[in-house]
Amino acid sequence: MAPSSPTPPLTLFEKLWRSHLVRPETSDTPAVLYVDLHLVHEVTSPQAFDVLRAHRLKVRRPDRTIATMDHSTPTTPRQNGRFVITDAQCAAQLSQLDANCKEFGVELHPLGDDAQGIVHVIGPELGLTRPGTTIVCGDSHTATHGAFGALAFGVGTTEVGHVLATQCLLQRRAKTLEVRVEGRLGSGVTAKDVILAVIAKLGVGGGAGHILEYTGTAIRSLSMEGRMTVCNMSIEAGARAGLIAPDDTTFNYLASRPRAPKGEAWDRAVSAWRQLPTDDGATYDRAVAVDGTELEPMITWGTNPGMAIPIRSPVPETADPRALRYMQLEAGKPILGRAVDVVFIGSCTNARLSDLQAAATLLRGRRVAAGVRTLVVPGSQAVKRAAEAEGLDRVFQDAGAEWREPGCSMCIAMNGDMLKPGQYAVSTSNRNFEGRQGPGGRTFLASPLTAAAAAVRGAIVDPREML
Amino acid sequence: MRPFVKLTSRTVVLPAANIDTDQIIPARFLKTTGKLGLGAHAFAGWRYDESGQPRPDFPLNAPEAAGARVLVAGENFGCGSSREHAPWALMDWGFCAVVSSAIADIFRANALKNGLLPVVVDSAMHRRLLAEPTTVTIDLETQTLTTDGESVPFAIDPFARRCLIDGVDELGFLLAQADAISRFERERT
Repeated sequence: MAPSSPTPPLTLFEKLWRSHLVRPETSDTPAVLYVDLHLVHEVTSPQAFDVLRAHRLKVRRPDRTIATMDHSTPTTPRQNGRFVITDAQCAAQLSQLDANCKEFGVELHPLGDDAQGIVHVIGPELGLTRPGTTIVCGDSHTATHGAFGALAFGVGTTEVGHVLATQCLLQRRAKTLEVRVEGRLGSGVTAKDVILAVIAKLGVGGGAGHILEYTGTAIRSLSMEGRMTVCNMSIEAGARAGLIAPDDTTFNYLASRPRAPKGEAWDRAVSAWRQLPTDDGATYDRAVAVDGTELEPMITWGTNPGMAIPIRSPVPETADPRALRYMQLEAGKPILGRAVDVVFIGSCTNARLSDLQAAATLLRGRRVAAGVRTLVVPGSQAVKRAAEAEGLDRVFQDAGAEWREPGCSMCIAMNGDMLKPGQYAVSTSNRNFEGRQGPGGRTFLASPLTAAAAAVRGAIVDPREML
Repeated sequence: MRPFVKLTSRTVVLPAANIDTDQIIPARFLKTTGKLGLGAHAFAGWRYDESGQPRPDFPLNAPEAAGARVLVAGENFGCGSSREHAPWALMDWGFCAVVSSAIADIFRANALKNGLLPVVVDSAMHRRLLAEPTTVTIDLETQTLTTDGESVPFAIDPFARRCLIDGVDELGFLLAQADAISRFERERT
């Protein structure tokens, strides 16, 4: 065999992109990109299954497709072991997913199943989310899976249909943006604070057209759950996806997962995964840097996730008047001390075990302030079981918080969990858009520590005062 | 998919920047399993008051908006979720094109797949179009937007442009790749 020419140094994204090209892009046509794993949920799939039926098509790779129910599921405690769905439209959407999965032979983890949960929580915990793969879902927070060094992004329902039918997508190559976070994070500063600071720096559209790769010692020191929180919100800077190169932290997380490769297959997989990180000398289209040592707990004051400030800072003097009017806040005034009505600890951003453990450190032995409704919604049945095994459910309930069934819940407010008009919430979710958590509701995005501290104080407070 | 070649229409102007998909179609309307009827709920939070009555000062409720086919919006239109219900709602209302200085990636992809043309113009033309409703001509063959005698070019992926002009979706192209996809699957395992 002739010696091959030396490969130029490549970024993690370029390696993922090249290894999934069924057909490269040309000036006339986009690339045909192969999808290794397709995650499906009830909200963005029914119209795609209709397209399959209309064209008499099958699901090409049911073995690469997995469905669950999360967005419109109730999170109220079961009654006599059964879920009660009071919204007829939600019930119809859930039964439609059930019927579609049966008809097309797709594995489904429905309400009540031991592996049910938020789609971006169950993929990783089952060991289906793996380095070096491509993952899509009809949900913009699919970026979460990039924490494993997988190219993962959200698609619309038409593309859900494309992947069901062909296991492929038509894509143009994105640009790359390195987000370097160096340094040691201070006490009380978490992955959520890192990503809110990054979005504030880039702006809500600053990552458009790019895949973000998070690098630096502050990122390396995060747990897998922290890395998922960071990648999850890449879309909130307008980026299609976020990536973190796999390392021993990644492999240790995956080793014990039920669907991860085993034995020799595991060893082979890890050797391949070690080749994925960006090569020395590879270049990104853009780069930004954030000093991790300078970061403080962050909170949003406005109506998009880029409107975030260190919690001790005042609302910016340059704040968008429209956002201030909606939030009923004043420029230049502190955000500390603002009274809150609701605290929501949950979502695909922050509802994993370590998030609940963090919230519990502040709620243990304390009480939620009078008049504050506090919901703790685990990300999956597996998270719920693990939390209960270490008594976190008792910690939350003893503090006066609600311990609920898993689902997207008040992050998207489709299932009846919602704010009332005018209410203020500190929420560990990912979007503070107008009405996102219920018509007229007002959202402050923050970490589980900051949310739990606000629940106890009944107002926005620096969680470091209570650690 | 309905072909898009050339369109002359009045505009409706929503000048706010960063209009997200939760504003375009709030999540409580995503419980449907179909696509039709979403236009009634487009911009529901801004369009209706607490009692469900149309707010007279919201541009979509203005009498002149009836029949308008072009939405002009502030920069970074369509940020947020991947819900395709957003372009479905805009098209169901009657829009055929959205004009801005920047349009979010997933929204743009979803719009193109439904025949809703995303048009990104330079900031000077954007400012001019945001100033007040007017009449524009959008020509996809020449990739130009013209208003009051002034034309500006706009960019669009050549493949998406072809699909829009011909009124065909992308599924046929992907299905025609079946052999290449099978080969790819064989060679990887």
